[in-house]
Amino acid sequence: MNSIEQMISNFEEQSKYPAKAVAKVMKETGKKAVGCFPYYTPEEIVYAAGMLPIGLWGGQTEIKSADKYLQSFCCSIMRANVEMGMKGTYDLLSAVIIPTYCDTLKCICENWKTAVPNIYLIPMVYPQNIRIEAGVTYMMAEFKRVQAELEKVSGRAITEKDLLDSIEVYETYRKTMQEFVSIVNQYPNTLNARTRHFIIKAAYFSDKKSYTAKVAELIAELKKLPAEKFDGLKVVITGILAEPAALLDSFVENNIAFAADDLAQESRQFRTCIGSGKTAVEKLARRMSDQSCSLLYDDKKTRGQLLIDLVKENNADGVVVSMMKFCDPEEFDYPIFKKELEAAKIPMLYLEIEQQMDAAEQIRTRIQSFAEMMDKH
Amino acid sequence: MDQKVSSKDLLGQMLAKHYDDAIEAKKAGELVAWSTSIAPQELLETMGIKVVYPENHAAAIGARKCAQEFIDYSESGGYSTDLCSYARVNLGYMNIQESIAGNIPLPDFIFCCNNICNTVIKWYENIAKELNIPMILFDMPFNHTYEVPDHSVQYIRGQFDHAILQLEEISGRKFDHDKFKEVMKISSETAKWWKKATALAAAKPSPLNGFDLFNYMAAIVCMRGKQEGLDIFKLWAEELQGKIDRGEGPWKDTEEQYRVMWDGIACWPYLADTYKVLKKNGINMVTSTYPDSWTIVYDSDDLDGMARAYSSNYVNRNLEYGADNIVKIVKDFSLDGVVFHSNRSCKLMDFRTFEVQRKVHARTGVPSVIFDGDQTDPRAFSLAQYETRIQALKEMMEENKKAEMMEEKKERIDG
Ligand code: SF4
Ligand code: SF4
Repeated sequence: MNSIEQMISNFEEQSKYPAKAVAKVMKETGKKAVGCFPYYTPEEIVYAAGMLPIGLWGGQTEIKSADKYLQSFCCSIMRANVEMGMKGTYDLLSAVIIPTYCDTLKCICENWKTAVPNIYLIPMVYPQNIRIEAGVTYMMAEFKRVQAELEKVSGRAITEKDLLDSIEVYETYRKTMQEFVSIVNQYPNTLNARTRHFIIKAAYFSDKKSYTAKVAELIAELKKLPAEKFDGLKVVITGILAEPAALLDSFVENNIAFAADDLAQESRQFRTCIGSGKTAVEKLARRMSDQSCSLLYDDKKTRGQLLIDLVKENNADGVVVSMMKFCDPEEFDYPIFKKELEAAKIPMLYLEIEQQMDAAEQIRTRIQSFAEMMDKH
Repeated sequence: MDQKVSSKDLLGQMLAKHYDDAIEAKKAGELVAWSTSIAPQELLETMGIKVVYPENHAAAIGARKCAQEFIDYSESGGYSTDLCSYARVNLGYMNIQESIAGNIPLPDFIFCCNNICNTVIKWYENIAKELNIPMILFDMPFNHTYEVPDHSVQYIRGQFDHAILQLEEISGRKFDHDKFKEVMKISSETAKWWKKATALAAAKPSPLNGFDLFNYMAAIVCMRGKQEGLDIFKLWAEELQGKIDRGEGPWKDTEEQYRVMWDGIACWPYLADTYKVLKKNGINMVTSTYPDSWTIVYDSDDLDGMARAYSSNYVNRNLEYGADNIVKIVKDFSLDGVVFHSNRSCKLMDFRTFEVQRKVHARTGVPSVIFDGDQTDPRAFSLAQYETRIQALKEMMEENKKAEMMEEKKERIDG
């Protein structure tokens, strides 16, 4: 096995077995771990506190206990998080941060208090009016409040220098990931829909600094190779996330590569760089003002244009909508950007996904017919 | 004898006028805003800007049983069936612009406050985008703490200031701070009378058949900042007090046997059905979470207080508060049971219902049931299921009553 394959398989291993990966990195680093619910949490502050921010993005698990709290029309990712919290999967975490971006998350935050009382909860509110100064001030106050909570958990004070150092780690991570997603276009066979996802996802279960170094190494190794020939389709994928793995396999089988993504779990995490500001906390707050996402107020509804630009920049053949079922913020964006994509004559494939779906037969067929239809054009 | 106008007649007249005025204003080239139902309307009233409330309008469309047409329109444009049906009705109406339930003019700008849910941000963003009009947003941070924290109050105040600038820019007029104080006073006063009137339902038997609440709610939404609104609630309170004094219950033909509260929004397309099933079982819906939702009370000129009041809507507060709130209602209104509406539209209310139900039961011993429905989408409700659940509730309440009577008898004998 050559080193590129080995590296990729390591990433895949981490992503597929998060609990194992997290236990391992905790042991190696001697750090405590803090669970970070989607979509944005101040990971920089967790890291500055000398702890590991761990991404909690649901997963495939049978829903039993979570039904005590949530009706069946709750998004699968949150049902899974509550289920795993209740059954002890997250017990190795010293705390969880739950932000309240959508109505579902507000309720999850509240139910957590009774459903998973053994894991310390740090609720957090990100302002929606983040482009006005009152919003930035509020955001900074929230960061400071959460910082104090995290200091309690870690048992040590976080200095300004700790924060600035951590921001630097994260800025390097973001820049590295921006480069990573851009080179997919040159190596779409090696970095296919599946491997690309697992490589990006591994960040959530690693120490950011060493993870970034590994991705940089992978990029360097890849760059030594000539660009790969690829005769399949290239698409831009948008949504909360593109899972389960069976879904990604269908893309690989049909020779469809992800030229770029607008997924909350992937590029939305690292496409926005740090903001300007006098203090670390202000830099973090101003970064949020520049962030665009279905979870953040945007009366200009820029998502359609963002997708059109991604298609053009990456010479993509179309857009795949990976719609998380029962997700209000994403479902509201869809009719607007759908119209814009249609006007721009960009082909689109709409898939409704749930994390718990195992027989993705219907979806498989739809991906296949999309590939065939595109082939004819 | 002096033929006095009843509050119900007045309500009808005033609501008709409310909609007519908005349509006339639009024709005359004046500004019209669309606003969420518990937004700081004080700012708009001060500017003399006409407002209509899409939630109210959607509810009216639902009650007239003509929501499906609008829902179909939205869904054909890509809106998911799982989204709030008020949004689906309204976004459909925005294009169709004609309904037998009455019409509203299209807005010149959007006025949105997320103290009821974050769904309204997304819904209103889409209106702003589709109609290419400005949007004013009041973001009220979710209170995971019991009370509203100070930094949230500061943030909301900052947004009031920003909104005033936006309004001045949109209208090209100056904001009149003296008038603002005046409007703050009336709004607070109206809210107090709304609370006062609805609180009279605590009498036994209750003078109020709670489904009337759903009707009067339209007025508290649309007319909170107006003298006419205040007048309606004063009159209503007077009428209810009169009924109490005369010992009159909610109905002329039936006795009130059980008293319940309704948690959540009404099922507008099945208003009569849901009502009849309760009445048939001698169950009076005495109150709901509505009275408190519009009890936006603060001192005139106290902007911090106003910010806090708006942010304090129970759905914007933590689960502990939500449970305490219902426990208090159960006690204050001497309730025998609670009916929870698991409303497919409203995730913010639904995903706390199960835990709130457990907490309320543990602390009051009062039985409750949950039924599936939707506020405006007629497809999500089953009358059969509803009847079964209400029947079950009645049985549980009956058991409780019997046990209580036994208890009393025992005490009498023992004593
Ligand atoms: S954003 Fe969507 S997927 Fe995420 S928690 Fe909210 S409803 Fe669920
Ligand atoms: S019904 Fe619920 S989701 Fe819909 S607008 Fe009202 S509060 Fe929001």
